Amino acid sequence: MTPGDVLSMLIFDHTLRTVSIGSGLVGVVAGALGCFAYLRKQGMMGAIVAHSSLFGITVAFLIGSAAGGAALAERLILPGALVGGTLCMAFVSLVVHTTRIKTDTAMGVSVALFFGTGIALLRMIQSMSLPGHRVLRDYLFGQAATMTRVDLQTIALFSGIAVVVLLVSWKEFKLHTFDPGFAASIGYPMHRMDQVLLAVIVLAIVIGLRTVGVILMVSLLVCPAAAARQWTKRLSHMALLASFFGLLSGVLGAVLSAVVSNLPTGPVISLTATMIVLISLVIAPRRGVVARSLQRSVNRRRFAQLLTAEQATSADHRSRS
Amino acid sequence: MNDTTTIAVRITDLTVAYEETPVLWDIDMEVPGGSIMGIVGPNGAGKSTLIKAIMGIVPAAGGEIRIFDRTFREQRRRVGYVPQRTSVDWDFPTTVLDVVLMGTYGSLGWFRRPGKQQLDAAWQAIERVSMTEYAGRQISELSGGQQQRTFLARALVQNADIYLMDEPFQGVDARTERAIVQILRQMRQQGRTLLIVHHDLQTVEEYFDLVAMLNVRIVACGPVEAVFGEENLRRTYGGRVETFSSGRIK
Repeated sequence: MTPGDVLSMLIFDHTLRTVSIGSGLVGVVAGALGCFAYLRKQGMMGAIVAHSSLFGITVAFLIGSAAGGAALAERLILPGALVGGTLCMAFVSLVVHTTRIKTDTAMGVSVALFFGTGIALLRMIQSMSLPGHRVLRDYLFGQAATMTRVDLQTIALFSGIAVVVLLVSWKEFKLHTFDPGFAASIGYPMHRMDQVLLAVIVLAIVIGLRTVGVILMVSLLVCPAAAARQWTKRLSHMALLASFFGLLSGVLGAVLSAVVSNLPTGPVISLTATMIVLISLVIAPRRGVVARSLQRSVNRRRFAQLLTAEQATSADHRSRS
Repeated sequence: MNDTTTIAVRITDLTVAYEETPVLWDIDMEVPGGSIMGIVGPNGAGKSTLIKAIMGIVPAAGGEIRIFDRTFREQRRRVGYVPQRTSVDWDFPTTVLDVVLMGTYGSLGWFRRPGKQQLDAAWQAIERVSMTEYAGRQISELSGGQQQRTFLARALVQNADIYLMDEPFQGVDARTERAIVQILRQMRQQGRTLLIVHHDLQTVEEYFDLVAMLNVRIVACGPVEAVFGEENLRRTYGGRVETFSSGRIK
């Protein structure tokens, strides 16, 4: 299949178009919000939220199945993921505040609890063969190919909310992230800001679960941001670039998994995003590995020259005196 | 505003505690308007906590803060802040101009973006701290002195009456220190009040009108020539500093 064929499929194939738009949107939002997760050093937290959402997903599915059958169960999945991820964060902060356990350990404990329970429930649901349970498997590694119109609408709605909150509070988020002390001094409510930022980051994670899966979603949050950071010195440019990298990863992953049979979307999206990071880490100007080692060797040579020049003049002084 | 009898900051019975240990204990002090007061004391004396408590950034366990005889909330816009240089991540993707513009956010309020007026003020402040040629520079590429100048410029943009500064000379070269002192003196001449956490005891007499000597409690507070002596220094820093017998208060 030539790139031309893929392009025409993108435009004319209804399913592929839905899938690409959905995955691209997920990438854009994760990229932009990921910048804040990255700068607030909350990448790990993103992984915890994504993993833990499996607990919410399975519980919501069970409740939905019991209350109204497969259709309702499927509708409850995303809200369930949102609740599951949030619950896990609340649990982490409860542990940190009431015991002497530090955040990283608390996260380890929580993810074991929530993801572990999620996996156990998933097995249970599968062995019970509840109607519609097959869709749950897609949430582990992600499967964009089966994305429906309803999925796309949900993604679009949540994306819209996340983006609007981000745009409206852009300068406040920026200042709070850079210098929370100063932000508090001019009256920003510190805890409220933390909560709102966390909430939109969780939102960005949750909408990607269907496409990328709970296990690898964190890569779409962190990688585009880390890559974008290499190329720019402004937060606004970083966010735009990260969105673009996210879009690229999302669409590429969706198309490849749709064209190649049995290829899950999540790993393809993750690998694309990871490649973009690796390339950026190496070749970016100023911050890249290559640029920095070049700069170091230039500095060394310059210092060596300065030193010899200095030694020459002092020797000159000595011989004269 | 130059009336030195007005009290810019009045602190009464302020106590701050993290967990069981008090960080600040029963602080009473007054900062007269239009003066420069230094806060000195050993590490862990609560110097940064004191200025954060004035602004309500750390919650007080008790006591009262009055800014020009009103609450801090009412007077927030009249107070400017220079946080400790090392309290932020300087690898944040932003430029000097953008950081200085953040000084206008307090008066802008939510939703509004900085406009021409705010940009003009930022450029003026940048010029005042001699950073014009670095305005477009990424802040990760600044030296310690340039970082400190950037923070000072952001505070200048706030155009406040009272400034709380947390070690504004920390990590700066001698030339920058002289330049900053010059600016601080100009600010006082304009009638502004400066409360400065300071580390270097050598320069206290030269820089400040008044000094607060702090070690959890206020050891002494007053005109430098009156209180900044050997006895008080020993009581602030010396081996026999008063502690609470059981390490906790009840």
